[in-house]
Amino acid sequence: MLTVQFLLLGAVLFCIGVYGVLARKNAVMVLMSIELILNSVNLNLLAFSQRLDSIDGNTFALYVIAIAAAEVGVGLAMVLLIYRNRRSISLDELSDMKG
Amino acid sequence: MISSILAQVPWQSPTVDYHAIAPEIVLAAGICLIILVDLFVSESKRWVTASLTGFVMLGALLPVVTLAVADADVRSLFGGRYVIDEFALTLKALFLIAGYVVVLLSQNHVEEGDYHRGEYYTLLLTSVTGMVMMASSRDLVSIFVALEFLSIPAYMLAAWRKRDRKSNEAGVKYYLLGVFASAVMLYGMSLLYGVTGSTLLSDIGAQLTGKGEFGGVEVLAVVFVIVGFAFKVSAVPFHTWAPDTYEGAPTPITAFLSVASKAAGFVALVTILYVGVPEAKDVWQPFLWVLSALTMTVGNLLALRQSNIVRMLAYSSISQGGFILMPLAVAGVGDAAEPALRAVVVYLIVYAAMNLGMFAVVIAASRNTRSGEISSFGGLFSYAPGLGVLMTIFLASLAGIPPLGGWIAKFGAFRAVLEAGNGWAYAIAVIGAVNSVVAFGYYGSVMREVWMKPTPHGETTSVRTPGSLTAALAITGVATLVLGVLPGTVMRFGDLSDLVGAFGR
Repeated sequence: MLTVQFLLLGAVLFCIGVYGVLARKNAVMVLMSIELILNSVNLNLLAFSQRLDSIDGNTFALYVIAIAAAEVGVGLAMVLLIYRNRRSISLDELSDMKG
Repeated sequence: MISSILAQVPWQSPTVDYHAIAPEIVLAAGICLIILVDLFVSESKRWVTASLTGFVMLGALLPVVTLAVADADVRSLFGGRYVIDEFALTLKALFLIAGYVVVLLSQNHVEEGDYHRGEYYTLLLTSVTGMVMMASSRDLVSIFVALEFLSIPAYMLAAWRKRDRKSNEAGVKYYLLGVFASAVMLYGMSLLYGVTGSTLLSDIGAQLTGKGEFGGVEVLAVVFVIVGFAFKVSAVPFHTWAPDTYEGAPTPITAFLSVASKAAGFVALVTILYVGVPEAKDVWQPFLWVLSALTMTVGNLLALRQSNIVRMLAYSSISQGGFILMPLAVAGVGDAAEPALRAVVVYLIVYAAMNLGMFAVVIAASRNTRSGEISSFGGLFSYAPGLGVLMTIFLASLAGIPPLGGWIAKFGAFRAVLEAGNGWAYAIAVIGAVNSVVAFGYYGSVMREVWMKPTPHGETTSVRTPGSLTAALAITGVATLVLGVLPGTVMRFGDLSDLVGAFGR
């Protein structure tokens, strides 16, 4: 079985995602980085599920996929909202409030 | 592979205890009802949705009460994945009553602000449903689903004022950090599933028992899960979203986020720590200790220099979160687990009453001042004595002055910490004590404005406080006073049955 390889791939995806969230300033890029993390979670769950021969991981992954879709729906709506009001989706410019 | 597993286990539908999940059923039916009513009722009668939402919350409270008086047995559904016990029922009642108070706070705010009423109340109700589910969840999957159930509507509610740049900013910041936190938490959960082979918390606890040394994967799993919830309860250094979101969101939603959403985060954290990973206490105790100390101190110091009342309350709510974390940081030492759990539950109840009350006063007073600056509350007592007195009561309670609820909460937290009685416990108790004194600084400065300062704009006529706000003020004010004078009413929740035992361990 290739469990270790899948877990490594998951870990790499997770790190890329976290880096993207912290370093990127474009709201859509941050959303995509979060999706990367969620996919690394799915990969982990499926790899573990396969290795442990238990179905719980598969079920969990299905829930993650469904809820991630709902989250992105809300996220993109919000990005549209700030684009309408500011003509920009740069997170650096979201600084009306400070302190 | 899946088909082979399915072949081994023939499908049988689970038996469902409908009485046990009646609160959730009432809430779900209420959500559908309000969407439909909003669709068919004419614009002039839209106020009906607000009243209906309130009735649905109280309607869901009925089965909670009947479950509480029915029998002391723990009702366990779906193979222990959804458990209704004293702990769950107490917190369900807390979420429903807090939700009801938020509806009362919202009524005038929403009507005067020309918002989308039906959707607003539907989302509020959905979020409360998620919290009610969270109180019963004892499985990684159901905790995750409940967490998203309560968070996703909250993201939308924070960004509710579509044309307002601040509200947009509040929503986006809350959304991005919230989703990032839940993604990190999910990664931790997937590792936890990998090392224990189960998503059921009690199975995870059993698997981890007797494992001896914890390897890197277990440590990483526990830390990631805690980080996820640290965002939800806005613990420093994961608090950066809180002040901006609280300031930009509509004020009733700020009250909702700072009380109900935070309480839900603590409920999930407590469930996972006590049922899932109690054996990993060497990992989470130091981590929570640092989080708690940082949260109290940083929250307080930043609150001292705020000039906007909602921002000050945001930092005050962060620092109160540090006090709630304090007993958990030593919960694994000796017999400290039970008093720590009781302290957390009592603190959450008292905190909900006094913080919702504080926001109710701010909303009512802002109808006079039309401003959120602390200096605009100058002379509040002279033209609105009722509001001035109530504000003093809530501020004193938040600061922990004796005859009020906040004092009982702080007392319980410190007693639980001292119960643990080792060096770490004494150290955090000292940090907490210093912080309680520092907190007088900013609570006191608002009191000084209310009582001593002249009215800034010379206006001395008071705007009438609408009925729903008065009701909210009455509920929270009475609760804060009663909890302080007769602490037995809430301390009893800890004695009804052994809360730790009630988790089914």
